[in-house]
Amino acid sequence: MTAPWAAGQEPQVYPIARSGDLVHIRQAIRALSQQCRLSLVDQTKMITAASELARNTLIYGGGGEVTAGLVRTGGKQGVTAVFEDSGPGIPDVEQAMTDGWTSGGGLGLGLSGARRLVDDFRLDTAPGEGTTVTITKWVR
Amino acid sequence: MSERIPILRIGETLLVSVQFDLEDQMVLNLQEDLAEQIVAKSAQGVIIDISALEIVDSFVGRMLATVAAISRVLDARTVVVGMRPAVAITLVELGLSLGGVDTALDLEKGLAKLREPTSSALR
Repeated sequence: MTAPWAAGQEPQVYPIARSGDLVHIRQAIRALSQQCRLSLVDQTKMITAASELARNTLIYGGGGEVTAGLVRTGGKQGVTAVFEDSGPGIPDVEQAMTDGWTSGGGLGLGLSGARRLVDDFRLDTAPGEGTTVTITKWVR
Repeated sequence: MSERIPILRIGETLLVSVQFDLEDQMVLNLQEDLAEQIVAKSAQGVIIDISALEIVDSFVGRMLATVAAISRVLDARTVVVGMRPAVAITLVELGLSLGGVDTALDLEKGLAKLREPTSSALR
């Protein structure tokens, strides 16, 4: 984790097992973004980034889960979502982060685009060891 | 899963209003249904109203671009109307500028756009 979860606000875990789960995850991230009063544009960016990453977890990671909640550090407040799968991992991270590159049938904007939409972005992956992507949007 | 978004017809125009956050399968269904209806109803234009959508991710964005391309091939035009400003900002930052997609700020302007004489240079 990059930042501590806000005290008294347990993060929630949501499964990513079928495409219908993406709708629930978008709703959950929206609720959190509203709760910590992100601006409307920042809410939209955070929900969109979460939607991209949840779809990656489902399609490329073979499913997994997301842990989402409010974070607080040094007077800053924000929303964090951690996407985890135990899929094949990403062999070439630099390539995967390139706009337009895809190993599947997508547009190749998921990872690179999601990174542009959030404030903090962290990718942990290794071949055969799954992928974890952590994103945070801070209240400005 | 088999839920489908209604496609309305006004004259030679098909109208779709997306009123809630869509599952991926519904997005794909809409794409197929529109292609089918353009031919079945000999439609000249398609309006997709996304004013109720709070987010458009790359999956929905790709559907909009694909529908625009499909309709061009089927001799019809597609205009996406009502995109929220926050959605536009996010889409561009995401990397999707929807290059081949005609847009209008609202339904009225979208219908007006469809009435404009078609120039092959525009398409």
